[in-house]
Formats: sequence, C-alpha cells, structure tokens
Amino acid sequence: MKNKVYESASAALEGLLHDGMLIAAGGFGLCGIPELLIAAIRAAGTKNLTVASNNAGVDGFGLGVLLESRQVRKMISSYVGENAEFMRQYLSGELELEFNPQGTLAERMRAGGAGIPGFYTKTGVGTVIAEGKEHKDFDGQTYILERGIVADLAIVKAWKADPSGNLVFRKTARNFNAPAATCGKVCVAEVEEIVPLGSLDPDKIHVPGIYVHRLITGPHEKRIEQRTTRKREAV
Amino acid sequence: MAEAIKGWDRNRMAARAAQELQDGWYVNLGIGIPTLVSNYIPEGVEVTLQSENGMLGMGPFPFEGEEDADLINAGKQTITELPQTAYFDSAQSFAMIRGGKIAMAILGAMEVAENGDLANWMIPGKLVKGMGGAMDLVAGVGRVVVVMDHTSKHGESKVLKACTLPLTGKGVVNRIISNLGVLDVVPGGLKIVELADGVTEADLRAATDATIVG
Repeated sequence: MKNKVYESASAALEGLLHDGMLIAAGGFGLCGIPELLIAAIRAAGTKNLTVASNNAGVDGFGLGVLLESRQVRKMISSYVGENAEFMRQYLSGELELEFNPQGTLAERMRAGGAGIPGFYTKTGVGTVIAEGKEHKDFDGQTYILERGIVADLAIVKAWKADPSGNLVFRKTARNFNAPAATCGKVCVAEVEEIVPLGSLDPDKIHVPGIYVHRLITGPHEKRIEQRTTRKREAV
Repeated sequence: MAEAIKGWDRNRMAARAAQELQDGWYVNLGIGIPTLVSNYIPEGVEVTLQSENGMLGMGPFPFEGEEDADLINAGKQTITELPQTAYFDSAQSFAMIRGGKIAMAILGAMEVAENGDLANWMIPGKLVKGMGGAMDLVAGVGRVVVVMDHTSKHGESKVLKACTLPLTGKGVVNRIISNLGVLDVVPGGLKIVELADGVTEADLRAATDATIVG
C-alpha cells in the first residue's frame, strides 16, 4: 500500500502548490478548518490563489492569514461577515469575490468530485446569482445551471484517519470537509490522530481513502468563534 | 411618522413565531430573533431543529466549561446535541433543504415585498456578508416565515410594494411576523392576520408601504 502519511504540512504540500491555482478548503466558520495546511501555504508564499471555501476565516486565523499576506486573488464563498480585512480588501477592489449560496457551493464541490460537470437548482432563481446562467424549466418550475468545481488541490481537516486515508469526522466539524475532499485533483488531509489500519470501523468511514492522497497529523488550536453557554441551575 | 409604535418586543415576536410550529416538524431557524424561537416552543409540540452546517436535533447552549469547538450551529455558536441528533456534511444538509424535507424556515429580513420577495443578505456598497444558506432555504423549504421589525430605525417601512435591495428569493415568503403584527402574502398583496398588543389596524397600515388587501 502506498504510504500517504507525511512528516509535516509543508512536506505534504511539496510539489502541489503553484501560483494561480484553485484550492477547495473544508470548514464552516472556524469549525473543522485545515489550520495546519493553511499555515503551510502561508509559509510557502503561493500567490494569486482562488479559494473555494464557505467562509474566509477571521482576522489572524484560518484563511484570514492568507488574506493578510495577499496570497488570495479570489474567494468563492457564501458568507464572509466575520472578517474585517476581507471586507477592506473587497471594498477597495483588491480581492475578487464570487458569492455562492451555501448549498450551491457544497453541491458544486460534491458534483465536481462525482464527475458531474453541472446541475440544475432552484436556489437563486430571480436573484443576482442567476444572472448570466442558463435557465431551464422542469415540471413547471424554473432552475438555473450551476457548475461542478474541480479544484487543483483540496485541503481538509478530519478527526481521525488510518494510513490508507480513510477519514472520520467529529460532530459538526464534518461540514464542507467531505465534499471538498472529493473535488480536489489531489487532496491533502490533516487529522488530530492517525490510528493503525483496522482500528476504524469500516461501516463508519465518512470519506473513503480513495479521495485522500496525503495525510498529516499535528496539534490543532481548534479556536471557538462564538462561545455561548448557559448557567447551571442552582440546585 | 409621529411617535413610533412599539408593539411586540423581540421575545414576543419569537414567541408568536413559535406558534407557527407543528408537532413532528423539521425546522430551520435563522440567526437573530429566529434563534430565540426555540425558547418558546409550545408544550406538546416537538420539533427537530436543523442547523445547515450539518446537524439535525440541535440542543441548547452548553454549560460553561463544556463548550466543544467541533459542535456549533450555523451562527457559529457553541451548542449541544440531543439523543436524536444526527450529523452529516454540507452537501447532505442542503440536499435535505433543497429536497423539500424541511417543513419551515423562520428567517430574519431587511425587506419583504407584497409579492413575497425577500431581501436579507446584502446592502450594496455597504454590507458585504453573503447569503450563507438563506437562498437555498427559501428555495427549498415548505414554508417561509419572516420575523422582522416592521420599520427601520428612521421609521421607514420595511414591508414594501417592491424590494429595493438585492433579493434572497423571489415570491418565497408566506408569512410576516413583525413587531406590529402578522401578515400573510396573498394574491394582490398582504392580508392582516393579527395585530400586536396595543397596535391598531390604522397603525399597521400607516407603517406598511405594501398593498394591504381584504
């Protein structure tokens, strides 16, 4: 079996990065983001990136670090409200932004990975999202054509992996990581733990190893964006 | 406008919106006032809350010290799971939304028009946040209820003949619950269903730019 496990994030990205490339990244807000791989791309200094990711991180963390270093030329996202530097670069025209409805972005990744070049959806019909896109009626309803995304590189974060690249996620950290993993020509996954072959239940694999080409593990900060709690009732 | 009429506050609006829920429904609650709806679910009504980042069966906020970075809602707030919780990826999440499996979405709005058009995602040149999952939700769920302030800070109506902001969806809103009352989108305009406490029909009409029928 091919060894997919690499020593470090930068070693795992060796030979995969080039200026102007399209990267699909997993994560929702700061939950389940590939923070080690993002830091390694920052260190590599790859420029003019187009990044398909639901969000753009926050100032100083997540994809926010690639915005600060001006490595991103264009974002394909559904929501970027948490990032002041993003807003500044976008409003001054330095950064290109393609808004995709969240479900459309997820399905574009899923479709791209599944060999489906386009699909019809009613999401966005009658809005600016539909402008310039093919419209088609099915059973009396209007749909628009959206394209599948095939990325040069997918970067994702999972909870556990085995050395064959089988991935398991935890709770809502699965989010965009599963569809993003499938849509990369190459997918690099970072995980909290690499476990021995045979220790993951084959019935509970979320992303099969066929989609994952390189793997790393390392300590994750796993920052919480909005810490909301309730008080314990006084007994 | 003369002195602003208050009507319902945020919590009363959320409580009124909770009356829309039916036992057994799968429901998606938007960010802001819609999130408060979960505090007012009527007794005997069990609904399963969907969070579009990949969860069915959303529980309350965690106790202090029990926050989990891997467990958040669509507003990025830490939450908890329930015995019936299921997790899934974003493509699956929107498959169930687009596929019409969610009975109702309760969402906030910047503007609503009398034909059911909804604008709640951007103010050109000013506010660049994005639509998130709102466009998918309004296109896919069974029923869309909007909870909003009836007028802006400056007293201008947000319930309009036609939206001025970029749309989230065209002809998608079924019911509006505002601080002044409840209105349904019907052929030809909006129909008054209910008035908020201390609000007269004349108050509601005066604060509404949209055509009121019936």
